[in-house]
Amino acid sequence: MRVTISVEVNGTKHEREIETRTLLVHFLREDLGLTGTHVGCETSLCGACTIHMDGLAVKSCTQLAVQADGAKITTIEGLADNGNLHPMQQAFWDEHGLQCGYCTPGMIMAATKLVEDNPQATEREIREGLKGNLCRCTGYHNIVKAVAAAAKAGAPS
Amino acid sequence: MSVLGTSIKRREDPALITGKGKFTDDFSVPGMLHAVMVRSPHGHAKVNNIDSSAAAQAQGVVAVFTATELEATGIPGVIPTVWLLPGIKTPAHTLFATDRVRYVGHPVAVVVAETIHAAHDAAILVEVDYEPLPAVVDPKAAVADGAPQIWDEAPNNIAFDWELGDKDATDAAFAAAATTATLELRNNRILPHAIEPRAALAQWDAENGKLTLTMTSQNPHVHRLLMTIASLGLPEHKIRVIAPEVGGGFGSKIHHYADEAITAWCAMQTRRPVKWTATRSETNLTDAHGRDHWSTAGIAIDADGKIVGLRIDTHAAMGAYISTFAPAVPTWLYGTLFSGQYDIPAIHVHVLATFTNTAPVDAVRGSGRPEAAYAVERLMDAGAAAAGLDPVEFRRRNFIQPDAFPYQTQVALAYDSGNYPQALDKALAAADYDALRADQAKRLADSSGNVKLLGIGLSSYIEACGIAPSAVVGSLGAQAGLWESAKVRVHPSGSVTVYTGSCAHGQGHATTFSQIVSDRLGIDVDQIDVIHGDTEEVQFGMGTYGSRSAAVGGSAIVKSLDKVIAKGKKIAAHLLEAAVDDIEFEDSEFKVKGSPGQSKAWGDVVLAAYLAHNLPEDVEPGLEETSFYDPANFTYPFGTHIAVVEIDRETGEIELLRYVAVDDCGNQINPMIVEGQVHGGIAHGLGQALWEEAVYDESGQLLSGTLLDYALPRAHQLVSFELDHTVTPCPHNPLGVKGIGEAGAIAAPAAVANAVSDALISVGAEPIDMPFTPEKIWRALQEGGT
Repeated sequence: MRVTISVEVNGTKHEREIETRTLLVHFLREDLGLTGTHVGCETSLCGACTIHMDGLAVKSCTQLAVQADGAKITTIEGLADNGNLHPMQQAFWDEHGLQCGYCTPGMIMAATKLVEDNPQATEREIREGLKGNLCRCTGYHNIVKAVAAAAKAGAPS
Repeated sequence: MSVLGTSIKRREDPALITGKGKFTDDFSVPGMLHAVMVRSPHGHAKVNNIDSSAAAQAQGVVAVFTATELEATGIPGVIPTVWLLPGIKTPAHTLFATDRVRYVGHPVAVVVAETIHAAHDAAILVEVDYEPLPAVVDPKAAVADGAPQIWDEAPNNIAFDWELGDKDATDAAFAAAATTATLELRNNRILPHAIEPRAALAQWDAENGKLTLTMTSQNPHVHRLLMTIASLGLPEHKIRVIAPEVGGGFGSKIHHYADEAITAWCAMQTRRPVKWTATRSETNLTDAHGRDHWSTAGIAIDADGKIVGLRIDTHAAMGAYISTFAPAVPTWLYGTLFSGQYDIPAIHVHVLATFTNTAPVDAVRGSGRPEAAYAVERLMDAGAAAAGLDPVEFRRRNFIQPDAFPYQTQVALAYDSGNYPQALDKALAAADYDALRADQAKRLADSSGNVKLLGIGLSSYIEACGIAPSAVVGSLGAQAGLWESAKVRVHPSGSVTVYTGSCAHGQGHATTFSQIVSDRLGIDVDQIDVIHGDTEEVQFGMGTYGSRSAAVGGSAIVKSLDKVIAKGKKIAAHLLEAAVDDIEFEDSEFKVKGSPGQSKAWGDVVLAAYLAHNLPEDVEPGLEETSFYDPANFTYPFGTHIAVVEIDRETGEIELLRYVAVDDCGNQINPMIVEGQVHGGIAHGLGQALWEEAVYDESGQLLSGTLLDYALPRAHQLVSFELDHTVTPCPHNPLGVKGIGEAGAIAAPAAVANAVSDALISVGAEPIDMPFTPEKIWRALQEGGT
């Protein structure tokens, strides 16, 4: 069965006819070509697909695209402002918070929401807040440093 | 000032932090079909019949293929093993299973369809008539009497029987020793878990007979060669393998697998582009796994607390087939490390490698060296206890001393350099070891019963990286050379493109290799680009694994840079009317020694090379040099790591309190990247020690095949690591570098194991084995704790 959905992604409205079983992450990647959002598992446990939807950090492999009908979405491609890196992106770069970069978009999207909710997050709170996102390269050491640095820099959401 | 040795930010990152980095699954091309594999659901079964007719007629399906169709096209169709050992059994590893399946996950068919949904829907319509057979999944059980036989040509499931060292001398040392200690050790099977699952996009240009395969690869040239000689049979120059951004490998993307070759073959059959992307579950079933050893290990000590002998007897699982480089892992990458950091006069290593109804086992971060370090360092603590010495004192008494290099071990390796006491001292100071011991004693003296146990564990590891020279690895069974290549192309305006055969997947080659070039040529990093991962652009290269990229790939770049500078000197001497021997190259200037003002800038000499209006007679135009660097020896990074754990006596819960790591990888090109590699390696090792285990049931089902069952380390379970380093440059490569990508994964399991053992022994309980789950710890405390 096919339905038409209307979604605002990174400030642009899209209307698309899709198969109802299409996952939001596949809609973003295949239909809109926004391949910065990655897929690392099929059990909602790796967090590589994390995006922002209506103000929440959401694992886009856990959502059907039809559930996003009418929603406002931000993906990693929409985080920078006119070519200026978001403070969280800048902090990941500055602190070597990424290696292969595969988990990074999801990690950054989760981290920006974390800091928005808790601008004074402690190391323990950052670690707890990122437990839904897996990284196999960094041991999280520099990711935690990056999130703390972005929080300190007063990262706006 | 040179950027060599400085922590410049990574040049890779701007694309990766903005979502612009392109990984294999991010590519789509017009007309592209999607492939889904139909995999064996049985660990061991006969295949009586495959009926794909319903699947073939399903909506959107273009084709369904099995071994029958593949064989009919006459391609070789096998996955090769390219490290051989005397007497090894290498049964044919066909792309599709044929009359028998031997592990869960081996493809039996592939569905190719217009959409991924259609392919998945049709895959479940392929009807395979299986007749299940008894399976064996444990490497020790595989050789027991009456065990199910996996291959007719491998009696008792023995793949190979390997030994190293002097058995008689070792037995004699044990017989004469003042004291001995023996351990039964389990090295748990782990899944590599690169966060990017394997994937491939195949494009077939039928008119030119040319295949372009974009894939998740740590070594695209090696994959291309293996596809030429064993799986696809296409001429090498008619295959282009591209590894774009690769989302982690940890060894799993070295090996040749069926899926990528089948995807390529499907594109050739359908004459349309075909994409295949593994799900996480498929990746876990089919990526080569790591470790899976059972060992009996012993240490013999004289009355002075000196080690007189060490021996180990290991059962190593190989899985149902012998994977690409698998034979090297439990042998030359394992047995050769059993001298550790210690002067041991007699060593014997025996490995019985067996077929099991599981996924193949091959290199995973550390590859043999973590297993060796685990055994050696567990033995060091057991030996210390047997000798009545503190683990620190026992290590100190037995270290190879800094003035004893080069040091020939009893297990083939000749260590070229090292300073083991220095790294130990630095780690002890960083951890405040005496204070930790005092805290431990205080807790033990507390009679309230409310105080958690403290465990302190050391791991003074050694590793061997950049394995070479090629003639030596060839004599050990490698069907490949382990050199690396580099082409340095200087453009007419003086900027540089480096083409390296090394192939990054997170290690930061574009940054560190640029730093090497910038240092040697005196030009800005912005004037340098590094290209890797495309067989059409880059000369043959061996790829990235085994912590080899800086030591071997970096040295190849230096060799080419030396040639570029040598040619530049010739041109400069001609232009300056000076003797070549009088020209020195410094700060991007070719200068006449002792004649200030007599010089030619880098850009002027480069331009002269390309204008070719005024060159010496024996100098060709242009400025571009290629080198193939074959190292003189392995490199030997080392260090001491200390883990501190806290154990709840009531629940068995374990918490990692601190992790201190002092590593020596020689000179550091970019300390920030070095530290990042150490962090990741430690987390990998902590994962194996504390949580991770690939568990098969007796029928060959992988019980921990998803992230719901397999516990990868998460941020809240780890701590910030406390790092320091010493610098003992490698004496035989031009950069003095050794390698660092695997150090943490090699050191951490033993450090944690020794910490857990330390805590358990302190209350009279017996040591246990990885992973150290609360349940295991609780049971150990219940059974033996006071």
